[in-house]
Amino acid sequence: MSWLSRVRNALPFGNKRESPDNLWVKCPGCGEMLFTQEYEANLSVCPRCGHHGRIGADPRLAQILDEGFKLLPAPKVKEDPLKFRDSKRYTDRLKAARANSAHPDAFTAASGHIEGRKAVVGVQDFGFMGGSMGMAVGAAFCAGAEKALAEKCAYIVVTAAGGARMQEGILSLMQMPKATVMTRRLKEAGLPYIVVLADPTTGGVTASYAMLGDIHIAEPGALIAFAGQRVIQETIREKLPEGFQRAEYLHQHGMVDMVVERKDLRQTLATLLDYLSPAKAA
Amino acid sequence: MISYLEFEKPVAALEARIAELRAASEGDDVDISAEIKRLEAKSAELLASTYASLTPWQKTQVARHPMRPHFKDYVEEIFDDFVPLGGDRYFGEDEAIIGGLATLDGRKVMLIGHEKGHDTQSRIRHNFGMGKPEGYRKAVRLMEMAGRFGLPVVTLVDTSGAFPGIEAEERGQAEAIARSTEACLALPTPMVAAIVGEGGSGGAVALASAERVLMLEHAVYSVISPEGCASILWRTGEKAPLAAEAMKMTAHDLLELGVIDRIVEEPAGGAHRDRRETALALGAAIAQELDALNKKSSAALRKMREDRFLKIG
Ligand SMILES: [Zn+2]
Repeated sequence: MSWLSRVRNALPFGNKRESPDNLWVKCPGCGEMLFTQEYEANLSVCPRCGHHGRIGADPRLAQILDEGFKLLPAPKVKEDPLKFRDSKRYTDRLKAARANSAHPDAFTAASGHIEGRKAVVGVQDFGFMGGSMGMAVGAAFCAGAEKALAEKCAYIVVTAAGGARMQEGILSLMQMPKATVMTRRLKEAGLPYIVVLADPTTGGVTASYAMLGDIHIAEPGALIAFAGQRVIQETIREKLPEGFQRAEYLHQHGMVDMVVERKDLRQTLATLLDYLSPAKAA
Repeated sequence: MISYLEFEKPVAALEARIAELRAASEGDDVDISAEIKRLEAKSAELLASTYASLTPWQKTQVARHPMRPHFKDYVEEIFDDFVPLGGDRYFGEDEAIIGGLATLDGRKVMLIGHEKGHDTQSRIRHNFGMGKPEGYRKAVRLMEMAGRFGLPVVTLVDTSGAFPGIEAEERGQAEAIARSTEACLALPTPMVAAIVGEGGSGGAVALASAERVLMLEHAVYSVISPEGCASILWRTGEKAPLAAEAMKMTAHDLLELGVIDRIVEEPAGGAHRDRRETALALGAAIAQELDALNKKSSAALRKMREDRFLKIG
């Protein structure tokens, strides 16, 4: 009997229907019901199949940075610049997303240390409107880069996004060159810029700051794509290859340097920072 | 032969009537030239009023019009001594993105842009203007070369988007687009981009991250196609007209948002009605922009370009 079945059988209400919503979590990889506390203690990675679950900004920052890191203030941006409305108002969608989030939008940056090495870490949260890139995400990305430039330290960004925030129309597209202005500045300043591609990283995010790192680290199994699979299938009408657009596939095709398990991420970053010390830059 | 768009049907009916009268009057003694003149004036007026109040969705149709002037038409009309340069030096030659040395009314430039093709055969050859990684990598190569030889870069943007395909993904479509945007921003020489048809998403911005962005009057520029936006947010592609409206993708809206700097007017009835006039107007506008940028230092140009994007949104 697995540890999990043992735990489950030991509970008075083993049936998932009768358990509180937050006690159990279903692994999206293998479908196994996992004890939430154990799952989170395992960095939201399934102990059974190794599936790397999507995580929010706060747990991610805590996993990467040493204790005592400081959140950067979220930059103020113009809200709902297009007065966008589909089946719902964009402002209502934002309100709903904020009600479920500790942060005002999908990108949160913090400054601190990774195993003692100074760094600024920016995290994109797929849980906030699919991590989509709008003005707030762009501005927060840039603020993180500014902080790294000011502190003369590395900038590490964990990406996760369904793509651009369509409700901001062209202004979301403009975040691509905008973020690229900052990645160029980091390069010119000789500061390392490391991208951690988490599940999923797609669309305009992939086609800008997610693919401009000195080093690209991907999480196991992460979907990393420019075009969506449905769009590709509709265009070419061919079957997609096994593992298409997954982290391991991108590694094979030379788009990421390495696929790193979450438990090893902090140490990997620390090692890289030792090599890419800003002090060595010209 | 003009191919009419759905909303042009009343104009089409009038023009057909004029053609009929013309044919009938040939070799005929009855003088109906006055009637033809009257109808022509009416038709011109109707065309002008129709085009003065196009909806964003109608503009999308105009921007995609099969007869709309494309890259090669502009080369023919306004550029001299065009020397196309091929290949990305890594994989192949992508004819969806054409580039080369060209002269605009005496000004030597590096000209890069999307070409959609004009008939079945050429559309396939140019992959309908949907660039692949090698196309964007060629653009990077040419931009870097332009920088080394002090040539300004002019881009003509006209794509529904970068090509979504298995091989394009495998060869790093996203990376190629990101690098192309980066190459625009790194240019030490002036860069003027013109959205001449469809400015579709990342595939467009990769060639449009310039300090001066011009747009033809009825061109469109957006983060996703109206159909794509509608199918995601409204769950049906049929709401594309609504999505086009909501996304603010017309030249007028984009000028207001500060995303583009200048609108180049099209002839009455759209660019496809008079390709030459359209090309000349665009050429004059690009030349004027280049001359204004020419006096600036590399540092000033880069700063201008960076500030432009940092201050948007
Ligand atoms: Zn699992």
